[in-house]
Amino acid sequence: MTQDTPRSHRILREISGGNAVVSVLAIGLALLVGSVLIVLTDPEVQAASGYLFARPADAVLAAGDAIGGACSALFQGAVFNGTRVGWANQIKPLTETLTLATPLIAAGLGVSVAFRSGLFNIGGRGQMLVAAAAAGWISWSFPMPYPLHMLVCVLGAVACGALWGGVAGVLKARTGAHEVIVTIMLNYVAFYLVSFLLRTPGALQAPGSNGPKSPAALDTAVMPTLSDLLGIGSFRLHAGFVLVVAATSLVWWVLNRSGLGFRFRAVGENPDAARVAGIEVRRVYLVAMMMSGGLAGLAGASQVLGTTTTGFGSGIDAGIGFDAITVALLGRSRPWGVFAGGLLFGALKTGGYAMQAAQTVPIDLILVVQAVIVLLIAAPPLVRAVFRLPAPAAGARLPRTPKAVTR
Amino acid sequence: MSSVSGTATVSARTAVSRSWKAPIALYAFAVIALVLGFAVARTGTSTFGLTTPGDLVALAPLAVPTGGTVAALALVLAGLAVAAHALVLFGAGRRVPRRLVAVFAIVFLVAFLTWASAGRTIPVTGLLIGGLALGTPLVFGALGGVIGERAGVVNVALEGQLLLGAFSAAVVGSVTGQPVLGLVAAMAGGVLVALILATFAIRYVVDQVIVGIVLNVLVTGLTGFLYVKVLKSDADLFNAPDRFPVLPVPGLSAIPIVGPVLFRQTIIVYLMYVAAFAVWFGLFRTRWGLRVRAVGEHPTAADTVGIDVNRTRFWNVALAGAIAGVGGAYFTLDSVGAFTKEMTNGMGFIALAAVIFGRWHPIRATFAALLFGFATNLQSMLGIIGSPVPSEFMLMLPYVITVFAVAGLVGRSRAPAAGGKPYLKS
Amino acid sequence: MKLELRGITKRFGSLTANDHIDLVVRSGEIHCLLGENGAGKSTLMNVLYGLYQADEGEILLDGVVQRFSGPRDAMNAGIGMVHQHFMLIPVFTVAENVMLGNEPTRAGGTLDLDTARARVREISERFGFDLDPDALVGDLSVGVQQRVEIVKALSRDARILVFDEPTAVLTPPETDALMAIMRRLKERGTAIVFITHKLREVREVADRITVVRLGKVVGEASPTAGNAELASMMVGRAVELTVRKAPAQPGDTALVLRDLSVIDAHGQYVVSHVDLAVRRGEILAIAGVQGNGQTELTEAILGLQPRVEGSITLDGVELAGRTPRQVLDAGVGFVPEDRARDGFVAEFTIAENLMLDRSYGAPFVRAGALQLDTIETFARAAITEFDIRAQGTGTNVGRLSGGNQQKVVLARELNRELRLLVAAQPTRGVDVGSIEFIHQRIVRTRDAGVPVIVVSTELDEVVALADRIAVMYRGEIVGVVPGDSPRDVLGLMMAGAAPQAVAI
Repeated sequence: MTQDTPRSHRILREISGGNAVVSVLAIGLALLVGSVLIVLTDPEVQAASGYLFARPADAVLAAGDAIGGACSALFQGAVFNGTRVGWANQIKPLTETLTLATPLIAAGLGVSVAFRSGLFNIGGRGQMLVAAAAAGWISWSFPMPYPLHMLVCVLGAVACGALWGGVAGVLKARTGAHEVIVTIMLNYVAFYLVSFLLRTPGALQAPGSNGPKSPAALDTAVMPTLSDLLGIGSFRLHAGFVLVVAATSLVWWVLNRSGLGFRFRAVGENPDAARVAGIEVRRVYLVAMMMSGGLAGLAGASQVLGTTTTGFGSGIDAGIGFDAITVALLGRSRPWGVFAGGLLFGALKTGGYAMQAAQTVPIDLILVVQAVIVLLIAAPPLVRAVFRLPAPAAGARLPRTPKAVTR
Repeated sequence: MSSVSGTATVSARTAVSRSWKAPIALYAFAVIALVLGFAVARTGTSTFGLTTPGDLVALAPLAVPTGGTVAALALVLAGLAVAAHALVLFGAGRRVPRRLVAVFAIVFLVAFLTWASAGRTIPVTGLLIGGLALGTPLVFGALGGVIGERAGVVNVALEGQLLLGAFSAAVVGSVTGQPVLGLVAAMAGGVLVALILATFAIRYVVDQVIVGIVLNVLVTGLTGFLYVKVLKSDADLFNAPDRFPVLPVPGLSAIPIVGPVLFRQTIIVYLMYVAAFAVWFGLFRTRWGLRVRAVGEHPTAADTVGIDVNRTRFWNVALAGAIAGVGGAYFTLDSVGAFTKEMTNGMGFIALAAVIFGRWHPIRATFAALLFGFATNLQSMLGIIGSPVPSEFMLMLPYVITVFAVAGLVGRSRAPAAGGKPYLKS
Repeated sequence: MKLELRGITKRFGSLTANDHIDLVVRSGEIHCLLGENGAGKSTLMNVLYGLYQADEGEILLDGVVQRFSGPRDAMNAGIGMVHQHFMLIPVFTVAENVMLGNEPTRAGGTLDLDTARARVREISERFGFDLDPDALVGDLSVGVQQRVEIVKALSRDARILVFDEPTAVLTPPETDALMAIMRRLKERGTAIVFITHKLREVREVADRITVVRLGKVVGEASPTAGNAELASMMVGRAVELTVRKAPAQPGDTALVLRDLSVIDAHGQYVVSHVDLAVRRGEILAIAGVQGNGQTELTEAILGLQPRVEGSITLDGVELAGRTPRQVLDAGVGFVPEDRARDGFVAEFTIAENLMLDRSYGAPFVRAGALQLDTIETFARAAITEFDIRAQGTGTNVGRLSGGNQQKVVLARELNRELRLLVAAQPTRGVDVGSIEFIHQRIVRTRDAGVPVIVVSTELDEVVALADRIAVMYRGEIVGVVPGDSPRDVLGLMMAGAAPQAVAI
């Protein structure tokens, strides 16, 4: 109904018009939720609560210890650990964060390219898996000189990811099949396909092995690590990060500085006006899905050629395909925002592992924090209500999330 | 310039639309059957076991010669495909009757099983029992999905609802020692996820798919965290619920094949029968259902006759959560008996697929869910008897079928018209 | 039963959709609310039906002030509505649609379909409708669907029935049938409010006529009033528009439409067998009441309509069957009718919107890259040339006034090498100052030797711009007359009378 426009626009603006303040507050609130969970489940706090009324300070102190311990473990695990000896060891956590952030950023960029074109790509997992399989297969089957081999692997991965994403794009453009459903289903199809190939001798299975695991990549295909470059330390940070920085710049350029990206955004914001202005909307859907899948493919390549080079299983996507959606939302679908969001979630993940080891706080807590951040960011009115903030001025210009599911 | 006048010529046209998709698909499957029957024919005897231990009436296993049976069935299938072709060409409705497709599917399945079990025995009853077991949580999930989508809210959070249902059933059932309370807790868990979904999707107009996905992450994280931190620390206290006992239905459970499959089950399975019927009856025979469908199809129309669209959606999403929660309880109070991390393992998405493949109809979605459960179980059974077909392709089936369904290649699937769209009025 | 609206005022932000509107309807009479699209008729009825709350004024039934917080209150008070866009659920049966919200039930909330069916049959028989209660509404023709809407309202004992543009979607025989139904309802004591902009229908059934324009009541008319009088009341403008223009210097024929038809999704011919020719250097205005096929005709030229028959040639090149991009590349400039939906991207800047239809190549995109300097220079020049009032090239078009938005669209379309300009409702929702500017630019385009088609429902605009006028009615061209034809002639033609009948 046309008369709905005033209010629906206002709500859309409120949702998309959340600013940095809302993001920061959302992160703060989410960490608070995490802290509460830590405190509630900490055995010492529980013990102290038993005599809460006799010595209330104990409970508070125990709670403080639990949170403080978790936070410092998180920081030491994700950024800088001053307790270690040697510069290389002290900054190793930071490099780990960058390592984990690498595929998150790549796949997050993919999700945001789709978002900006008015599409929802939930198929990052499938696209990554197919791409990883392709990169892996090239990496051990076709000996080539370094660095050509590595580049061919990356290109193969990107191409396969693009093809897998393109399936959803073709179906959307040709039959109107909703890309949300198609990409979800294709995730599983890819998973079982890759699982099958991984346990099939002559396909992706390591020769002489019985398990569902691939052979190791040839050295010529492996991305060089920071340690290779510096000759010191045992950094896992690899050249994939450089590729991802380049990809971020490229996506930024495409979206903001190219005719193609212009058409992506026009279709994402107003497909009707785009169509009347001669933009081929169906083609945009296809190309955007392919580009989105290609970026997820880059994430897959980074996993196989950078992080897990000694052979992989069907869990190589490591949930990154889904995390990428949260990263894209956190970064509001803008390339450098996604980059920052990927770094944050990479840090949370890295720190989460450290926290798990040092404080016996399960890594799953990070998922909770991550989910709460995204939920709150998606609903700025809620965050503002919590902090009693005024509503923002109208007209802030931010990408909209794609229109709701229509089949 | 000439001037034209006169009354407008308005003609209504009805185009004759022949759908070739069904015959083409049937031909494809018939060709596969012919290949199995002739090109890669297997020799030996295929045996179908029809009895489980403890049956009153013991049926003799059915043994057939593999090669001949498959070949004969393949010819039948080819005949059916030709019949379908003819019906599209000359039939009154110009399309293939559903019944023919159903018969074709069953014959194909029998042919395939015969071929796959050359020299082996397939325990038919066991196959069906296992299929029902895997299908039960899917049915609850799918029913929850049907209600939500019929009301216009796409429920991608089914996975989370199943998972939290399983978790809360385990904890409450274990701490209280009462599986019934566990069941109630599972419903509460499902409702909790649903309420968050409804609040964000309806009150804050956040995209339903986004909320659904994020809720799945949230529940996965939360249950995973609590599992490690709490449940594992004292599993006897927190994660050892009594399972529901098997309650054979007197008389009915003695029927061969059908009895052990359908009537030697726990209360949750019986509840599933009731729920499937109740959701169907409710949606299509009651005032509640009429209104639910109205707000999902055309919210403005519902609004103009005085139905509060967002309120209706909100409470029905909650109801859907309760039903999905029961599906979660099935894991911890029936099939598995304890909670483990991420134990629902993507079942929520298969349930979503069943909703679509069942074309948003409760009974069809139930059968779709059972079919998907059966396919999963068939896969593990074929793995055991050493099937020549890779199990992954069986597992892939529900998802591939759903992709074909949404692309309009298998029948026409029509979602509720206003599904996924928030309703806003000034 | 007497319904009275007193001083109803409804505002949407800065827009006043209804400005102190008064209206009285009694049992057994048909009161026509006549006005153009956007005059505020539907808003008024939505206020009456409880869908909107009025900012000022009151609704009285038999002298008692009513307070409607939703449609349910209005329905309970005896008001029924036949909506312009049917409020029917296509996948429900007739009986289900009729009972929705007011369902007869048996014990336990079970639907009593038998009672519902009986009710549908009973009301249908009373008015001679042939309705099958178990038919799916989506399978019915629009005319029959409308009867379902009427039955739905009557099943709730409506004594006041509002018909909101009921004939917009009907074929002529269906319209005639509806008129008969309205008379029968009137005879049985129902009060009817009939909202329309079609003069013939008003004259046929109305007992009283209230004319609204731009949200205000501009006067009452008797059903005996002439078409010309009604037309001028409805479309007349307070400010007389004049456009300075020299006589046209028409050149060769450039655009030829031959036997052009457009078929809509329901299989109806919304444009049927149109033959038209436009020459270089002339403005052909297509006049007509909204909804007579003009929109579809322009969309067919641009390649936006999926089912088109016949041919469209521009300078000998066939355009029918081409994509919008190919048509634009062939040198067609297009100002769409629904500016906010089709004309621009609200969240894009002025500069971005100015290049919206040229993102595939030079000058704005070279080697795939946006040429920011070129875009910026172009935007600055356009802002100056077209007098677009904005802070700068980076302002989002969604934040501009209607007139300035339209100038952005026009600037985009006119700054290309054109072989044809199609402008649909170029000044709808545009302030008076901008109207003059936009008209001048259209005339200058003509003077540069470009063939121009202007589609307008505003007679003043048609008369001010046109060198020749084609009048459309029910998908056909009623006639093509000179640009200086008298208004009353045009008014009659817009009501469907052939030009020879009105004697030019």
